Amino acid sequence: MNTPDLVKLIFGRLSLEAIPYHEPILIATFAMVAIGGIAVLTLITRAKLWGYLWSEWFTSIDHKKIGIMYMVLGIVMLLRGFADALMMRAQQAIAFNGNPGFLPPHHYDQIFTAHGVIMIFFVAMPLVTGLMNYVVPLQIGARDVAFPFLNNFSFWMTVSGAMLVMASLFVGEFARTGWLAYPPLSGLVQSPDVGVDYYIWALQVAGVGTTLSGINLIATIVKMRAPGMTMMKMPVFTWTSLCTNVLIVAAFPVLTAVLVLLSLDRYIGTNFFTNDFGGNPMMYVNLIWIWGHPEVYILILPLFGAFSEIVPTYSRKRLFGYASMVYATVVITVLSYLVWLHHFFTMGSGASVNSFFGITTMIISIPTGAKIFNWLFTMYRGRIKFDVPMLWTVGFMVTFVIGGMTGVMLAVPPADFLLHNSLFLIAHFHNVIIGGVVFGVFAAINYWFPKAFGYRLDPFWGKCSFWFWFVGFYVAFMPLYVLGFMGVTRRMNHFEDPSLQIWFQIAAVGAGLIALGIGSFLMQLFVSWKRRDALRDVTGDPWGGRTLEWSTSSPPPVYNFAFTPVVHDLDAWSQMKDHHAERRTEGYLPIHMPSNTGAGIIIAGFAFVLGFAMIWHMFLVAGLAFVGLLVTAIGHTFNYKRDYYIPADVVERTETARTEELAAHV
Amino acid sequence: MSTHVDSHDHHDDHAHHEDDAPHSTLKGYMTGFFLAVVLTAIPFWLVMGKVIPNAQTLAVVLLVFGAIQIVVHMIYFLHMDTKSQGGWNMLALIFTLVLVVITLSGSIWVMYHLNANMMPGMSHDMSQQVKNLP
Repeated sequence: MNTPDLVKLIFGRLSLEAIPYHEPILIATFAMVAIGGIAVLTLITRAKLWGYLWSEWFTSIDHKKIGIMYMVLGIVMLLRGFADALMMRAQQAIAFNGNPGFLPPHHYDQIFTAHGVIMIFFVAMPLVTGLMNYVVPLQIGARDVAFPFLNNFSFWMTVSGAMLVMASLFVGEFARTGWLAYPPLSGLVQSPDVGVDYYIWALQVAGVGTTLSGINLIATIVKMRAPGMTMMKMPVFTWTSLCTNVLIVAAFPVLTAVLVLLSLDRYIGTNFFTNDFGGNPMMYVNLIWIWGHPEVYILILPLFGAFSEIVPTYSRKRLFGYASMVYATVVITVLSYLVWLHHFFTMGSGASVNSFFGITTMIISIPTGAKIFNWLFTMYRGRIKFDVPMLWTVGFMVTFVIGGMTGVMLAVPPADFLLHNSLFLIAHFHNVIIGGVVFGVFAAINYWFPKAFGYRLDPFWGKCSFWFWFVGFYVAFMPLYVLGFMGVTRRMNHFEDPSLQIWFQIAAVGAGLIALGIGSFLMQLFVSWKRRDALRDVTGDPWGGRTLEWSTSSPPPVYNFAFTPVVHDLDAWSQMKDHHAERRTEGYLPIHMPSNTGAGIIIAGFAFVLGFAMIWHMFLVAGLAFVGLLVTAIGHTFNYKRDYYIPADVVERTETARTEELAAHV
Repeated sequence: MSTHVDSHDHHDDHAHHEDDAPHSTLKGYMTGFFLAVVLTAIPFWLVMGKVIPNAQTLAVVLLVFGAIQIVVHMIYFLHMDTKSQGGWNMLALIFTLVLVVITLSGSIWVMYHLNANMMPGMSHDMSQQVKNLP
């Protein structure tokens, strides 16, 4: 075998050409990432933290630590996705009157694709999964999730997917197809480079993690609830998590299947979605939206649950209409499968199809509206305390209702024929995703942070963060509604009509305000950490919460509950407080817990190599990585040291310390 | 209020033992095996012996046998009934069926419409609709 063949066998189509050294923006970014990365790595090495990180975090199968790692991943990726957003806003604000702006179309197309993919798959999904991971077992009185190892593995698969997207920044390029990669544009003829392959493998690797974590949480909620917690005594957050994970398990296989078909088209020359030889690109559009519409409910439902916990807590009242809240969630779960065509009204369906899906779309706004009224009625005559989580919640209610109404406008097919693919659509979905998911995540972070870390978040910087985000959102996206009505389409690199420029400039100012909001949030984390002694929560129940997670210490012990709580009522903790339930302080038993394992991170590491090698057609490396993955997975099944017991005296010591602390602060 | 509320959901971290899954007997497996063989043999005979001349009727009959086969597998091999796992299995099955029916029939309907409207030479449907507009 001569040398070129050997090089091709090992490196596939990867060569030095793939490094984008001719793009100054990317070189500068790479330099910054490299310097920052080396600084962080040096600091960790200096502080000798690697062993601690490995044994306490990376290999941890404690649902609380995995939940926190998911949140960290989501926030880090938010910075990347938001940097893309800033670049787009800046480009569109200046690219007028023959000025080409600073982003050539080739680069700009990658940026809007990466922005969408990152924000949905690697910001919103990790944040939502992290919240569910952290809160659900505590709310149902469990000690961990049903499959703790699987949980760790799911997390690392999500990280591997995120790393693949990040790698595309500096090795090769990302897709230039928009965030759903419609064929024929994403087919081999139109996109022969590695961009779409990065897209496919990043989503496939992360998708394994998402699906498995969905199965895990369903099993946890169905099988591991505390005794007495019947379905209709479950906290609303647990209910919405259950419905979300049912949606994940039902919808994500569709995404996996459709991406497999697209990869077959690209790798072995099948014709599922090509224009010739009987292929049909519309089948891709149809299938990906069968996943895509449930996906938006996967993102929003857990946050509906979070608001349903926050509103009663800060209104000092029971949630209004618990049963209707549950039914609304279940109805949304089923209806979310009946509306997918509204994403392609204009692609050639007839009047009967369009009116059916238009009407189902309008119907789905009814249960959502019912939820808004339930929150309003909960607040009505409540003793409302406008702490930071409540601010985010009220901001959400106002913003989300506006987004919902523009959504109903888009659900009318004749109106959609005018507004589709315009900036009106962009404004609409940012209106619901920022107003719903992002505001919800920040509300939830502020609400559950003291539970996770033992100290509250600083309210001043929290309020700064809220107001910058809130005002910034309106300044950034209301101009896009206007532009949408003027017929400006999405994904444009530069413009001819100078009268539009002012709106884009206003929108860019809005993006700047949001940047301040994100900065304030990071500042809030830092300041709170500095002032952690002043903000300390010793009671475990800083807000007067109503559900079981507030009955443990902050942060909870590794085993969550020394004794499995027995539930008699909805709002179990509230009911225990009303009845002055005594904390049991004797008769501790050894607690059976799962042990940490490194298998998850190793298998996910092989999955990253496998994905990267497949992208670059390094088939030898891909084969080796696949073998490594299988061997590690099978090897892990022979690991019989999977559990350990926390001795009763350790439990007793932990619990006695808490008893003393509680007594000292009453 | 009693301390112990009746609950079949046992709370246990190592749920390896199947608590309420019905263990099938040899008789159950044999019945399932026998039914599966018969339900495979009949369609085979229908096709090979050219019993039903009309291809469309034949296809429908084969699909019905296939559907019955699925039910046999679910009952005798997957041990599903309305009570296993406290009814959760049945619920999951019904939910799956609903979604599969929605997805399949919806996709067929949508793709049929797209083809009818967008294929070259079949555009009369769309132009007809445009003419009918007020």
